[in-house]
Amino acid sequence: MALTRDYSHYVKELDTGIAHLDLAVEGVSCAGCMAKIERGLSAIPEVTRARVNLTDRRLAVEWKKGAVDPAALIDRLAELGYKAYPFEPVRAEIVEAEQSRFLLRCLGVAAFAAMNVMMLSIPVWSGNVSDMLPEQRDFFHWMSALIVLPAAAYAGQPFFLSAWRALRAGGVNMDVPITIGVILALAMSVVETIHHAEHAYFDAAVMLLTFLLAGRYLDQNMRRRTRAVAGNLAALKAETAAKFVGPDEISEVPAASIRAGDIVLLRPGERSAVDGEVIEGRSEIDQSLITGETRHVAAEKGTPVYAGTMNVSGALRVKVAAAAEGTLLAEITRLLENALQARSRYVQLADRASRLYAPVVHVTAALTMLGWVAWGASWHDAIVTAIAVLIITCPCALGLAIPAVQTVVAGAMFRAGVLINSGDAIERVSDVDTVVFDKTGTLTLPDLDVVNAQNIPSDVFSLAGRLALASHHPVAAAVARAAQARAPLSGAQEEPGKGVRAMIDGVEVRLGSPSFCDADGLANEILSRDPEVSVVAFRRGTQCHVFAVRQQLRPDAVATIAALKQRGIVVELLSGDREPAVQHAANALGVGIWRAGVTPAEKIARIEELKRQGRKVMMVGDGMNDAPSLAAASVSMSPVSATHLSQATADLVFLGRELSPVVAAIDYSRKAVYLMKQNIWLAVGYNALAVPVAIVGLATPLIAAAAMSGSSVLVMLNALRARHAGQEVR
Amino acid sequence: MEVLVYLVPLALGLGALGLAGFLWSLKSGQYDDLDGAAWRAIADDDPPQAAPKKKLGSP
Repeated sequence: MALTRDYSHYVKELDTGIAHLDLAVEGVSCAGCMAKIERGLSAIPEVTRARVNLTDRRLAVEWKKGAVDPAALIDRLAELGYKAYPFEPVRAEIVEAEQSRFLLRCLGVAAFAAMNVMMLSIPVWSGNVSDMLPEQRDFFHWMSALIVLPAAAYAGQPFFLSAWRALRAGGVNMDVPITIGVILALAMSVVETIHHAEHAYFDAAVMLLTFLLAGRYLDQNMRRRTRAVAGNLAALKAETAAKFVGPDEISEVPAASIRAGDIVLLRPGERSAVDGEVIEGRSEIDQSLITGETRHVAAEKGTPVYAGTMNVSGALRVKVAAAAEGTLLAEITRLLENALQARSRYVQLADRASRLYAPVVHVTAALTMLGWVAWGASWHDAIVTAIAVLIITCPCALGLAIPAVQTVVAGAMFRAGVLINSGDAIERVSDVDTVVFDKTGTLTLPDLDVVNAQNIPSDVFSLAGRLALASHHPVAAAVARAAQARAPLSGAQEEPGKGVRAMIDGVEVRLGSPSFCDADGLANEILSRDPEVSVVAFRRGTQCHVFAVRQQLRPDAVATIAALKQRGIVVELLSGDREPAVQHAANALGVGIWRAGVTPAEKIARIEELKRQGRKVMMVGDGMNDAPSLAAASVSMSPVSATHLSQATADLVFLGRELSPVVAAIDYSRKAVYLMKQNIWLAVGYNALAVPVAIVGLATPLIAAAAMSGSSVLVMLNALRARHAGQEVR
Repeated sequence: MEVLVYLVPLALGLGALGLAGFLWSLKSGQYDDLDGAAWRAIADDDPPQAAPKKKLGSP
């Protein structure tokens, strides 16, 4: 059967007869890689441009349309030593990249205006105490207005729009007082300038915008970076399918381009990227990612296959189905939708603070105005003082207090292997007092591992590993991985459903089922001790060994569970797997509360029950069957190996073989919320000092500018403390 | 003090020039890959055909 690879789905055609392809590249880490890739690809004459983005670990290639096959470019990269996968940016990522550019443009404009206004303001401040002529002062004020008014109108857009949206939805957010403060400050300054007055607040307004934009840009940038990594990981998983394009011809196409009714080939050891039904072939399939059940299911004509199931032994032809009603998948999708609807909107700390803050500030300003009028001041002076109060209380520090901490913590969590999917996840994780784990793929590693390696001589092990490279069977793959085999044996032949064999120095070596290797006795002995393992036998002449293979617990699972308990968090285990397997894991980890054979609906019911008891539940799971309960929990986390659906639902995604990111996420989040609250109190404390000064009418533009930048810098410095949190899990 | 009438606009013009430069650099994608740009600045720019000459031992 001929196999071609078809990447045309990913190739974008630019109007000038140039084709463009974005690739996620594995292993690009330094300047050397960058130069090597760019030179290697530019050496192909038809390639017009090859540029590596080191921040996002991506490569953009352009070539004359029709001159190069994209698959050849990927092969060329493989020759250079880099694995590359075609990449399709998700919509959310494109939107965020655009927003981040817009914020940077706004920041540039605001910073330009702030710097140039300072050039004009400092002479006015010093001139007011010396001998500046009123005409000169007016000239400087008018110049300031000329710079600041257009700059604020442009750079203030992110705040004005957000405030407008909040007001239209009948709510208040932090941008409402910011917008009111900035607009009033500018309006008053214009009026004062017209009346040749001494004070104008153009500088304070534009500095406020600059500080806030800097905080927001950094926050946005961190989020964009996290999303880029998550996008790369999705691309590296390379969801492709072997589609039949002729009766005997298959083409490797991206899963996204498969349509209902297509027929795909599912080879042994391959994970299905589509939902469908078997139309030809016999095999065993591993549905553990879907149901949590680790025992393999027999597949024959008519058996439904879901995306995420692994084909174990024989090749299958699968007819792709549309989202069918009444299947397990449809049931999971329905539960997921219900759970997402029921998920109550968490009110973020910033919004809660601004709900209290905005009325207090505006009432204070109004009282100041009335107070001054009652004291006998003119309406003009009273209004100017009231507006000065609003400018001073404009929540510069408060607006930075939370995004600054979020940025620092997202960066620290990123380094600890945790990617943040949803914006308010940090605050929700910090409240967690119960963690519910799924077993298969979450507490255990997603791949199989050899458990009796210490009983097998190392030369036998490495030989078996090399022989195993010739097989696609997942158990054989586990042996090859455990032996760290690199060089396949030449002349190895696979006997479908039995095993592989080869000749070495005239002696036959075999790896496969116990009966294929004449090792039933030894295999039964191992199985009687531990019925959960899968066995694979190896024979060289008269020498015979049996490998026991199973999903291992993550290396630090015991320590992580202990660390969670030490933090006063209740740990539960809910699994779709059979009772003996779940019990074994629960005992090994010291988890007292566990349930086995749980359906997706029962998982949700348990989480709802815990929530009714007032618990804040974090769900950690990877399977398709976990997706609804991930959505139902207060906050959720998935390993990066999880199904697409679960990963999209989870608030946090963790990388690597270890489970400790779960603890790291909780530690960092707790520290973050502690610092956010501390920052809010710092901002409130600053207001308590500055507001009386403004109320008595002493807030000159100089004081406003100094107080504003002082408090902003203080809050930012405090946020940097979030970089270090918690102890290492050992 | 009449000198201010053209000195201040001149200063602002220079500032605006800086801003225009920043917006241009942003538009031409110079902020898209900050990590990469740091390395590119110190990379040798040999033509792709010529084998890169490396002097061992020199800093």
